[in-house]
Amino acid sequence: MDWQALALSVRLGLITLLFLVPVAILLGRWLATTRWRGKPVIEALVLLPLVLPPTVLGFYLLAALGPASPIGRAWETLFGGGLVFSFQGLVVASILVNIPFAVQPAQRAFEATGQGLRDAAATCGLSPIAAFRHIELPLAAPGILTGAILAFAHTLGEFGVVLMVGGAIPGETRTLALSIYDRVQALDMAGAGQMAALLLALSLSAVALTFFLTRRSPDVGA
Amino acid sequence: MAAMQRRRFTIHLAAGLLLAHFTPVAATAAAPPVAAAASLRYVLDEAAAAFTRETGKAVRISYGASGHLVQQMEAGAPFQLFLSADEAHVFRLADSGLTPDRGRIYAVGHLAIAAPKGSKLALDPRLKGLGAALSAGRIRRLAIANPVTAPYGTRAKEALAATGLWASAQPRLVTGENVGQAFQFVASGGADAGFVSLSLALSPGFTGRYAIVDPALHQPLTQRMVLLNKAGPEARAFHGWLLSASGRALLARHGYTQPKG
Repeated sequence: MDWQALALSVRLGLITLLFLVPVAILLGRWLATTRWRGKPVIEALVLLPLVLPPTVLGFYLLAALGPASPIGRAWETLFGGGLVFSFQGLVVASILVNIPFAVQPAQRAFEATGQGLRDAAATCGLSPIAAFRHIELPLAAPGILTGAILAFAHTLGEFGVVLMVGGAIPGETRTLALSIYDRVQALDMAGAGQMAALLLALSLSAVALTFFLTRRSPDVGA
Repeated sequence: MAAMQRRRFTIHLAAGLLLAHFTPVAATAAAPPVAAAASLRYVLDEAAAAFTRETGKAVRISYGASGHLVQQMEAGAPFQLFLSADEAHVFRLADSGLTPDRGRIYAVGHLAIAAPKGSKLALDPRLKGLGAALSAGRIRRLAIANPVTAPYGTRAKEALAATGLWASAQPRLVTGENVGQAFQFVASGGADAGFVSLSLALSPGFTGRYAIVDPALHQPLTQRMVLLNKAGPEARAFHGWLLSASGRALLARHGYTQPKG
């Protein structure tokens, strides 16, 4: 068992959520309520990482974040190190890859709240901010949590993008999924088997937990 | 009540996320990252362990096809030392201006043909057994490392061409991303035979058979390593250790020879 890779994957998953959950709440709420004509375009962009081959995403990330790109150069000037093949680069990649997993359930949950409830809250004298905090957010919480769990589990297992922008450096970018690949090539089937079993158990628990969460609040839906 | 519990849970979750963000990286993360050809996997793991025992310093090694590793370093990967399975990739890195010099030869590798446990294939340096098995249709899958990015794959392709077997072998080839994966295809029995490095064929976990391919059939596998511009004292010390008597002895035990002269 590669504990270092497990710790790295968990850390990557949690930091991804730290950035992604606020994005999911704001973007999900906005998409659920907006009447803007360009909404399908944004929805398509949100869903895109789900259908895009990881190698395509990895290719564009390498181009966008590499030392030859403006972002890569700015990062290098600010922090003195490259963005690709670093943990920070993995965080950026992981956030992008997980946008559909986090935003979609949040958007569905906010949609289920309905305009009627928002109008009722306004009639009762609640400001939009207060209504969001005390009514919408608690009602949408199971959906937001479902998205967070899915994004976390998916981060633990993400392989293609991490392989392309990570470089499998131990303790820095060699995540659990990459460590399994590495152990198989080293003919260490026992080590690979332990980690594969752990990922299987974690993924199954995550999916089961999301069903449990959504079943407990049938009136909210996700 | 349920709402309050939910809110408490959310607060705990947020606190946990914040804590995770400030948790320091594992101590070994400070060790310099080293990029190494996949054929070096077992020998370099051993070398790193011996280096740590003798000096108390550590390195972190990532294995891959030499060509992939060069692409990664050109794209900004933070490796401080690069051990290639050939000379050309070190020269390419030097030409990109990422290294202070053109590196040093640390070993000469050898190409081997290997077959999994239980295989009846006759293995010989001139690949006569392989040729016979190919024409008899007894080879369904022949593993080779990617000839474009992996030096052992390039040499294997040369050896197949030199023996006139390339045309009959080509439809049977399964390409590993690096020589380590080609080796895994053979070791797992997924391929009937494959071209690997002698160092991998000598690895303790391998239960099959192998024969060293006649070096006259391919260009030599002269292997060069180079420190990068950003190399720190630990990477330099490891580089020095590999060139020391103990480093050379270890390489020799894993099937590497030293260049003549």
